[in-house]
Amino acid sequence: MHESDFVRRIQSLGDRSDEKNVLELDYFLIAILLSLCSVGILIIYSATGQDTFFVKRQLLFIAFGFTLMCIMANLSPRVWDRWALFLYAIGIVSLGMVLAFGVEANGAKRWLNLGFTRLQPSELMKVAVPLMISSYISKSSVPPTFKTILVSIMLILLPVLLVINQPDLGTALLIFISGLIVLFLSGIGRSYIISGFILALAAIPSLWLFVMRDYQKQRVLTMFNPEQDKLGAGWNIIQSTTAIGSGGWYGKGWMNGTQSQLNFLPESHTDFIIAVLAEEFGLVGVMVLNCLYLILVGRCISISMNSESMFGRLLAASIGLTLFVFVLVNLAMVSGVLPVVGAPLPFISYGGTAIVTLFGGFGILMCISNESKTNRSSN
Amino acid sequence: MITNTFVDFEASRKLFVKRVVISGIFVLILLSLIMARYYDLQVTRHQDFVTQSDNNRVHVRPVSPTRGLIYDRNGKLLADNRSTYNLTIVRERSEDLDKLLADLGSLIDISENDISEFKKRLNRRKPFANTALKFDLTEQDRSILAVNSFRLEGAEVSAHLTRHYPKEAMFAHAVGYVGRINEQEMSIIDPVRYSGTDSIGRIGIEKEYENHLIGQVGSEHVETNARGRVMRLMSKKDPQPGQNLTLHLDSNLQQVAYNALENYRSALIAIDVKSGGILAMVSTPSYNPNAFVSGIGKKHYAALINSADRPLFNRALRGQYPPGSTIKPMLGLIALNEEIVTAEHTISDSGYFYLDGVSRPWRDHNAKKGGHGADVNLARAIVESCDVYFYTMSTEMDIDLLSSNSKLFGFGGKTNIDIPGEQIGIMPDRHWKKNELGEAWFDGDTVNASIGQGFMLATPLQLAVMTARIASNGKIVTPRLVKAINGEGIEPNHENSDLTDIDTLHWDYIHKAMQDVIHSPKGTANKISTGLNYRMAGKTGTAQVVSIDADDEYDKTKMQERQWDHSLFIAFAPADDPEIAVALIVENGGHGSVIAAPIVRLVIDEFMKTSTNESLVLR
Repeated sequence: MHESDFVRRIQSLGDRSDEKNVLELDYFLIAILLSLCSVGILIIYSATGQDTFFVKRQLLFIAFGFTLMCIMANLSPRVWDRWALFLYAIGIVSLGMVLAFGVEANGAKRWLNLGFTRLQPSELMKVAVPLMISSYISKSSVPPTFKTILVSIMLILLPVLLVINQPDLGTALLIFISGLIVLFLSGIGRSYIISGFILALAAIPSLWLFVMRDYQKQRVLTMFNPEQDKLGAGWNIIQSTTAIGSGGWYGKGWMNGTQSQLNFLPESHTDFIIAVLAEEFGLVGVMVLNCLYLILVGRCISISMNSESMFGRLLAASIGLTLFVFVLVNLAMVSGVLPVVGAPLPFISYGGTAIVTLFGGFGILMCISNESKTNRSSN
Repeated sequence: MITNTFVDFEASRKLFVKRVVISGIFVLILLSLIMARYYDLQVTRHQDFVTQSDNNRVHVRPVSPTRGLIYDRNGKLLADNRSTYNLTIVRERSEDLDKLLADLGSLIDISENDISEFKKRLNRRKPFANTALKFDLTEQDRSILAVNSFRLEGAEVSAHLTRHYPKEAMFAHAVGYVGRINEQEMSIIDPVRYSGTDSIGRIGIEKEYENHLIGQVGSEHVETNARGRVMRLMSKKDPQPGQNLTLHLDSNLQQVAYNALENYRSALIAIDVKSGGILAMVSTPSYNPNAFVSGIGKKHYAALINSADRPLFNRALRGQYPPGSTIKPMLGLIALNEEIVTAEHTISDSGYFYLDGVSRPWRDHNAKKGGHGADVNLARAIVESCDVYFYTMSTEMDIDLLSSNSKLFGFGGKTNIDIPGEQIGIMPDRHWKKNELGEAWFDGDTVNASIGQGFMLATPLQLAVMTARIASNGKIVTPRLVKAINGEGIEPNHENSDLTDIDTLHWDYIHKAMQDVIHSPKGTANKISTGLNYRMAGKTGTAQVVSIDADDEYDKTKMQERQWDHSLFIAFAPADDPEIAVALIVENGGHGSVIAAPIVRLVIDEFMKTSTNESLVLR
């Protein structure tokens, strides 16, 4: 029954009126996502000094991402399973193109200029890698064999190395983690996990010596002692912790954060946006935001649990968990617990590629959700 | 298509659920840790960060007080504050300082000196502080900068009050000037008190009364953004302006004296006999004090400092000259009081004086060949300035007695005038000679001292003080420039002394002799009595030059002129109830009656013109 159902669904792409009159959407998920986006818009408006330029663009990205999500949600997960490799390949090629003809900013090549907008392929890989690994592992044996694990790791490392070369160590690590999450969920043996952990520890010194650039090392050192270089590398962290700390329980009020309004806070509408929220809405605001994220992850896991296929299960859970890792890394970075790396706050930070990719990821998630619903109803 | 068995499927599903649960727990633990960090920042250390964020944005800026004004006794302004415009730069607001400097240089004239001074100031300024690049912009500079301001990010034109001396050189040596606080001064001043100003009194009244003039700095709390731009004013504490000073100086008198002396090297002091107030204080050549206010150029300064005429040298206070015959009335008084001579005592003057054991005779400088002749008494010796009378008298007068009595008239010590820098001259005695020269005192030294020559040196101020003390029958009043502070008069400082013990008859005798110097046809200054409608008393003096400036030796042609005698004159008027006492010395002016006396008369004439209807004007 699965087979025929899948085939029919693929064949009836775009012609679903015979089954249902409305698009198959997970309205609960949509409600949470739109709440997050609304919070993002409010904070961006405040952080950019009531400048509507960024707000308008962000709304445009959200609209585009949302549309993309609705379309993707109504494709079959099977399509994604098949297209995983294709998307992954596009990602790798565009990463290669970034290295060749990328737009340079702040000493790093991260963007491809598409004329009308700039694309950041490394953001794309944050979803493309879990998709690829989920697809690959679900096609081979579960739990994965040594060979499967090895191939998976190669598949993860290829984009990671390309991104490291941009250089963007932060994003590379996040991509790496997103792949590892899939491997972990797929049930690889404990001995692999332990030996992998030991290997990672052993790799740190060579990473420090051969891979990391001076400014990256500086950021790590700065994290431990921001006061050492108050006006240089330490400035960001001192200003962001000051913004967060001065917010208190309830914050200074929307558009009243002195740290952000008077431009003491750097990158206040992108990577450091949580500091604006913490300053203007306080710890309560941060907790509300985290609750939204927790509900979102909870929903992802519930979708994953309900999924019949290994691919759907793996992908849904890994998308949810990866997203939460991004959130955690961002919160930790801005509050001075982790070094400053380029990690935006999902759905809140300003940035087109990230928003569209995230919505794309959730589009796939929704079609996994739809699949299990349809399966149950047809059973 | 299902390749796995049902059992496999169930097993892998269970394993997956287990892994999801583990991941979920792991994620929740991490989240708790991070939330603990946020709790620590936002609740535990909240207050610290509130303080830190306020320190970030709220800055206290000093608000300059207005420096107190300086008036003459008639309410004429001697020092005020003018609005000037400076070009300043905030380093942090300029993206490329060198480019900005180059841009500014292409628009207005900025010298290399401006830039090097600017860089010095830049090194000791606080972050986001305005640093001055060019002072006192012209109207044209300002409009050029205003038009181009859009491309001069970081540079701005700021208005300041700058000290200004409307009378320029005329009062320079009395009022003094302010200058920019230099590094040395920076380390000793109270940084809070001076936070609103970059000027400090350097010399004269401006220095001595600095604490009165400066005022209290105000402050304003402003909110600034990260680039230091002020967003709004939060609160303000107004500054307290400095106190205004009214001086005893009279612009009219000063003007007359200055105009007459402008082309000489000279010093004149006029004292109000009753209050000790300085009515005029002139030292020529002078300089324009306005040049020092915003920092004088190196060339300009070098010209002033290297000038053979030494315009920066305050001769009135610091010039030390042999007083010559001007001390004869004082010596007469001392001799009468100590009963060394009587009024009736006479000598015969052959033109020369011989001291036992000294082959070379002392000449009488004021007599034609043959001397003053017979029957020269003390009065005649003063009126005709007979040296031999005093030479003879000196043999009877011990130098220590002469010295200690002369000190009561103000010689050899500070007059305690209220501006810094006065010299004390030399009033020699045995102890002094032993100490300074390691030699014993000779009787010949006393002979020299008896006509104000030899070792004796006095400042013009000391001569004026002596004249005032003679005029007031021995009242000792401290000379003062400042008459009132913020309209509140300063009481004259009287001192008790032995001078008042001197018999009135002696005073009258000396006063009469001094009147005859002018009013008697035989008087040395009789020429100035023409048309005089009041009684004046005075004494001429001619001092042989002991060069006061070692540099003169280099210039032969000037050397000749500078070996000429100094011309001195002291006087007081009106003679029956003295109000004003004047002392004047004109370097290399020749005989005292020729140059000094007529100028003193001009000054006293001016005083007498206004003294009858003088009204106190206090500000």
